[in-house]
Amino acid sequence: MELANIEKLIEKYLNAATSLQEEATLENYFTQGDIAPHLQEYEALFYYFAKNKEEIFTETIQLDTKKRPNKKLKWLSIAASIAVLVSVFIGNQEYRKYQNEKTFAQVSNALQLLSFNLKKGESAIAKVQTYENTINTILK
Amino acid sequence: MKTRDATGFYQNNEIRKINATMKQSDFLKMVFPFKNKVFRFAKRLLASTEEAEDATQELFLKLWKNREKIVDYKNIEAFAMTMTKNYCYDRLKSKQASNLTLIHSDYKEKETSLDKKIEYRDSVNQVHRLIQKLPEQQKMIIQLRDIEQYDYDEISKILGMQPTAVRVALSRARKTIRQELTKTHNYGVS
Repeated sequence: MELANIEKLIEKYLNAATSLQEEATLENYFTQGDIAPHLQEYEALFYYFAKNKEEIFTETIQLDTKKRPNKKLKWLSIAASIAVLVSVFIGNQEYRKYQNEKTFAQVSNALQLLSFNLKKGESAIAKVQTYENTINTILK
Repeated sequence: MKTRDATGFYQNNEIRKINATMKQSDFLKMVFPFKNKVFRFAKRLLASTEEAEDATQELFLKLWKNREKIVDYKNIEAFAMTMTKNYCYDRLKSKQASNLTLIHSDYKEKETSLDKKIEYRDSVNQVHRLIQKLPEQQKMIIQLRDIEQYDYDEISKILGMQPTAVRVALSRARKTIRQELTKTHNYGVS
């Protein structure tokens, strides 16, 4: 394809006056690699058009609403199951902590009771001690 | 579909019968030739592959549910493209309403590492950005003409515009792109 013709076609192309065939000619020229220096700015444009024609829809068309997996729902369910797992884990931890606190409270209560009773005994012993001391001083 | 006019009424009735009892496989065979066009058109408008995939699925489901009405439309492909346009417009509107912004995925080249220069890849990316920046109508016309190679009558049918208006908008779009490309080319700004 001679250059003069390409230049003419470019002019027509910009005025939206080219036929589909002429536009195919342009695309061929600009994607074959050997392009006149002053026309190089068009290379990327026609290369882009050519490449975009090749893009395809890779999924299979689903006509049954039930079968069609909803992507957003899928992600939502993944997020929900993670949330459940995390909350079970944290809940379990909290429950254990609570159980521990409860046992600690019970034990410390019991110990307090014990120490209270022991103190009672101690004061009784102390009384006996003073009594004994007094007796000793008298007897001496 | 295009030979229908030759025998007119009789064939029309034939098609109506087929549509009423149409199986999924027949329908899929019928829409197969233009499923990629629908997808690319949706992607141009929604600017995201995932959104475009969802839109394409949704669209064919809609078309399947309305299959009995299809017979009333002379050109199913053009009808499907119009539906795509309307569906994408609705999507865009609801996105705006819910204040969500669309993720604009940049155009990605698949076999870049082979032998293309980075500079060259940049200019192809630039073409993508320039087209995405065009007004919606011009963007659609560029897509339908320069990528899908529809003739002006088909484009005017799909978009509900006068053929002359299509040409004017197309010329404007092409000139805008050219102008920007020339600027970059001359000043070496990327």
